[in-house]
Amino acid sequence: MSNTPKYLKETPSQTAGPYVHIGLAPGAAGFEIYREELGRDIAGPNAEGARIRVEGIVLDGTGAPVKDVLIEAWQANSKGVYAHEESAGEVEEGFRGWGRVISDFETGEWGFDTVKPGPTPGRNGTTQAPHITLWIVARGINLGLNTRLYFEDEDNGSDPVLNTIEWEHRRQTLIARREGGSYRFDIRLQGENETVFFDI
Amino acid sequence: MTPAEFYQRDRRWHPPALARDYKTSLTRSPQYAAISLENTVSEITGPRFGHGDIDPLDNDLLSNFAQPGESPIGERIIVHGRVLDENARPVPNTLVEIWQANASGRYRHKKDTYLGAIDPNFGGCGRTLTDAEGYYYFRTVKPGAYPWRNWVNDWRPAHIHLSLFGSAFAQRLITQLYFEGDPLIATCPIVNTIPDAQAIDRLTAKLDMNATIPLDTIAYRFDIVLRGRRSTLFENRLEGN
Ligand SMILES: [Fe+3]
Repeated sequence: MSNTPKYLKETPSQTAGPYVHIGLAPGAAGFEIYREELGRDIAGPNAEGARIRVEGIVLDGTGAPVKDVLIEAWQANSKGVYAHEESAGEVEEGFRGWGRVISDFETGEWGFDTVKPGPTPGRNGTTQAPHITLWIVARGINLGLNTRLYFEDEDNGSDPVLNTIEWEHRRQTLIARREGGSYRFDIRLQGENETVFFDI
Repeated sequence: MTPAEFYQRDRRWHPPALARDYKTSLTRSPQYAAISLENTVSEITGPRFGHGDIDPLDNDLLSNFAQPGESPIGERIIVHGRVLDENARPVPNTLVEIWQANASGRYRHKKDTYLGAIDPNFGGCGRTLTDAEGYYYFRTVKPGAYPWRNWVNDWRPAHIHLSLFGSAFAQRLITQLYFEGDPLIATCPIVNTIPDAQAIDRLTAKLDMNATIPLDTIAYRFDIVLRGRRSTLFENRLEGN
């Protein structure tokens, strides 16, 4: 008998490649195959709270738009409850809190409609400011990138995650700006004002 | 009380963001270190899917885009296996999505212009939910190798792309499956973004004669491991709840 712990190793990641749409958004690849594509409606028709739109672009290290990116969003409802059994509380019928969006093949612009999430519990009795977790995959990205989107018109000063970022000016890369009727959130993969990514 | 965190990702096992031989990664790799974030409710939760989200035949790429009575061209294969976590426990009822080129190495994608022929009976995507034991299977055709622009003469080994969820956003994973014995595996700059040969072997599906259907379909086994989490002792007892 050995006391060596027996754990498996996680399956290693590989890039989603340029044709990720075929699998995860086939309509964008140019064909219809499924009764319903997943992730097109984040909040559902019954969600309470403020309806918002988020728009942005992903830029590479040369400043060029990334036109083959796929982003997934994960968020709580307006009361700060996730549609998951480990989040205390109830969500509205049809609220999933998860969605998928791809960039425009010509411009790289992307956008999604949802409701504004509420504050959620943090660790050690803290409260997290309203945020949407984003996961970014594309050709040239070897392991999906995790980041968070916060809102400029919320109180972010005591958010425990933002406050773990040592370089205060870099926290600004996670704040979506109010622009007309929507929030603007550009993501810079590399270079000046590189977005903060998290190892979760 | 502490949330039941996931074990940290072994960043030396996964490919690094910057892999010089995979040229596109040069301008798409963050230069700053990722900020380590202890799991909160935002990371230990994630989307859940059910049988209402998909159709039973979504996992059959031999038929899910074919004209009635027709089949795609190519070697008929079964890809099957289990989704486990790092604690070797099955991951039940989780969504598995795949996409791939057809037997000619051509994708049904408006951006793919390779000379290989489009197959009118092959879409190239499928999805399924694991059962209570974490088991999944697909029927499809073996994809062809295809050329891509990296160095002047690079060819991707035959591969199937996979997307996995687990039960938490922290487990989200996209990867690729290769086929045992393919000589292009060793030459591929994308495969070789992974530093460890054992890790590459984990992406190599193995011929599984016992699962082969005689006179019909050959089978490959591919088990998948998602991140595991600490002892269940504190599960469901999240901070502030
Ligand atoms: Fe591919």
